[in-house]
Amino acid sequence: MHASPLVAMVGNPNAGKSALFNALTGARQKVGNYPGVTVERHSGRLSLDDGRPVELVDLPGTYSLDPVSADERVTVDVVTGRGGFERRPDAMIVVVDASNLDNHLRFALQLIALKLPVVVALNMVDLAERDGLTLDPDVLARELGVPVVPTVAVRRRGIDVLKAQLGILLGQRVPTRDAVDAVPEEIGVLQRRARQIADAATVSETPTRRWNHALDAVALHPVVGPVLLVSLLFVMFQAVFTWSEAPIAVIEGGFTALDSAIKSVMPDGFLRSLLTDGVIAGVGAVVVFLPQILILFAFILVLEASGYMVRAAFLMDRMMSRVGLSGRAFIPLLSSFACAVPGIMATRTINDEKDRLTTILIAPLMTCSARLPVYTIIIGAFIPNTRVAGFVGLQGLVLLVLYLLGILGAFIAALVLRRTVTQGASSGFMMEMPKYQMPRFRDVAIGLWQRAYIFLKRAGTTIALTTVILWALLSFPKAPEGQSQVNYSVAGRIANGIEVAVRPIGFNRDIALALIPAMAAREVAVAAIGTVYAVDDPEDAKGERTIVDNLRHRWTLPTALAFLMWFVFAPQCISTIAVTRRETNGWKWPLFMIGYLFAAAYIMAGLTYWLAVAVGL
Amino acid sequence: MTANLNLETLPRHQAATVDSIEWTRLATPEARRLRELGFDAGVSIEVLHRARFGGGPIACRIGRMTVALRRAVAGAVRVSLDPLPAE
Repeated sequence: MHASPLVAMVGNPNAGKSALFNALTGARQKVGNYPGVTVERHSGRLSLDDGRPVELVDLPGTYSLDPVSADERVTVDVVTGRGGFERRPDAMIVVVDASNLDNHLRFALQLIALKLPVVVALNMVDLAERDGLTLDPDVLARELGVPVVPTVAVRRRGIDVLKAQLGILLGQRVPTRDAVDAVPEEIGVLQRRARQIADAATVSETPTRRWNHALDAVALHPVVGPVLLVSLLFVMFQAVFTWSEAPIAVIEGGFTALDSAIKSVMPDGFLRSLLTDGVIAGVGAVVVFLPQILILFAFILVLEASGYMVRAAFLMDRMMSRVGLSGRAFIPLLSSFACAVPGIMATRTINDEKDRLTTILIAPLMTCSARLPVYTIIIGAFIPNTRVAGFVGLQGLVLLVLYLLGILGAFIAALVLRRTVTQGASSGFMMEMPKYQMPRFRDVAIGLWQRAYIFLKRAGTTIALTTVILWALLSFPKAPEGQSQVNYSVAGRIANGIEVAVRPIGFNRDIALALIPAMAAREVAVAAIGTVYAVDDPEDAKGERTIVDNLRHRWTLPTALAFLMWFVFAPQCISTIAVTRRETNGWKWPLFMIGYLFAAAYIMAGLTYWLAVAVGL
Repeated sequence: MTANLNLETLPRHQAATVDSIEWTRLATPEARRLRELGFDAGVSIEVLHRARFGGGPIACRIGRMTVALRRAVAGAVRVSLDPLPAE
């Protein structure tokens, strides 16, 4: 039925599974989702030396066959052939960290006992050697009763031997594992057996981990550590803005060129308007954002791959515990600065349900990159480019304040939620701290490519469709001569209704109009305003007036500030709502999230507006 | 042998061995995670880092692994100092 055999990669977290997976499959991999759960399914193809194709699936790292979190459950269900996530694998590659054998072998023993053909990849042997640990793979193979291949995934060492071994396993399908037939069930007994095997396979051991300890002495230092963390975050956010300028200019130039090319070859009319005012204006406004997202993700991927991210969680635990969260929430929340969707998905590593739920509910308050174009354009139009105290740019300062407001809002929300709807004892913080490693360019590049692909796919589908629909709603029915096209259109009539609700917080009709499609994604707000002013430009029929000119002309400063404040809080993102629904298994929590965030947005925007009016801005 | 020494009070960089773990003081998932991370009687342990001010977590070496955990949990891990190596 299935043309190619399925091989599962299984192992503890931090065993170097993903790097090995990348080394085996290269770029030929797919990221999907297991049905019904938001656990990413990483699969790829590889060809054995004799040309046989094999489908390889990289299962989430887990510590035992006793699942705690959702992704661990997927792993256990797949390898035991339950749950229907996947056909049962024909063989397994059990990945163990060579320098952490006594721990990783316990899970390996459990896996071997499942009676599937198994090859053990003794991974990161180079780091073990650096630690002063010499191992004998033959002894290990004899004790475990399965073939053992020493590998260094990041240097592609042992990959060919591993593939050859896989070919033999898939060829014979005769398990030869009598040595460990009587695997003890109790975890303590398993642990002791694992230690015995690890001791037997250890040729020599000198307890030196100087390198790692020296780095931790700095990274975890009570004073230097936090300073280093804040500096890193500062550099990261600086880079997001400064490094992205050039590529953004290139992308903008590209879309402008495309726009004028179409205008020069197509006659003015319905189709041309659809292409330029609808598709190009909308998609272009979103794609310019790719450089910033990629830079942010590059930092996050590098910090994660290097092992620093867990140190950051360690440093943040105390602060997070004050608002009832754990240091583990730091990684999802930091990812949410790029996008709340992967951030919310990263909460899977939080074991405690209440902790996890709280983190999910506050994740949308982290200023995601989709807010950036909104902030950038409004700040550019309304905040003068002057300097405060001689050297701090006012525009940058306003942006920083918006970021800080989001963080502050999240902490307050967490405090309140932990005392009300997500009440319960904090589960604490317990994490393995992996060894520091030089991140591999290849692994980061594959991660980035996957992010870029997902983002562009979204821009090409959801966002393109939304802007086209908005364009259509704005363009029809055609207004008679002398009347505003926007007012006359379907969208305008809907917006006039919404305007009644948002007028008290200083919003005008154009904003009401932009808020509807911005539910698809925040950045669409900019595209929508662009489209509104492209369709309806009474004073400048040629459409040569820029969005910024239009904004300055039509909005007051209090309105602009209220609009910014709205976007700090408002849950204007269908993807976030959808992922929250999936992660919390129902509509209760996403609806709660929408409710509390819209309420906060409305109140804060209103306060901002009336305060600004009162002080005479 | 020092009586009543636990991971929370163990001085930094003092080689020690886990004596026993007071499982009843821990919540079930905490206890399970602790076991999975290799905490067990007879395993060598050493405190690597602890936040100097107040109640931050502790980083310790357990076997060949580095693990971060909160003080409340560390308090349930009873340890005894290893005899000093002969001078």
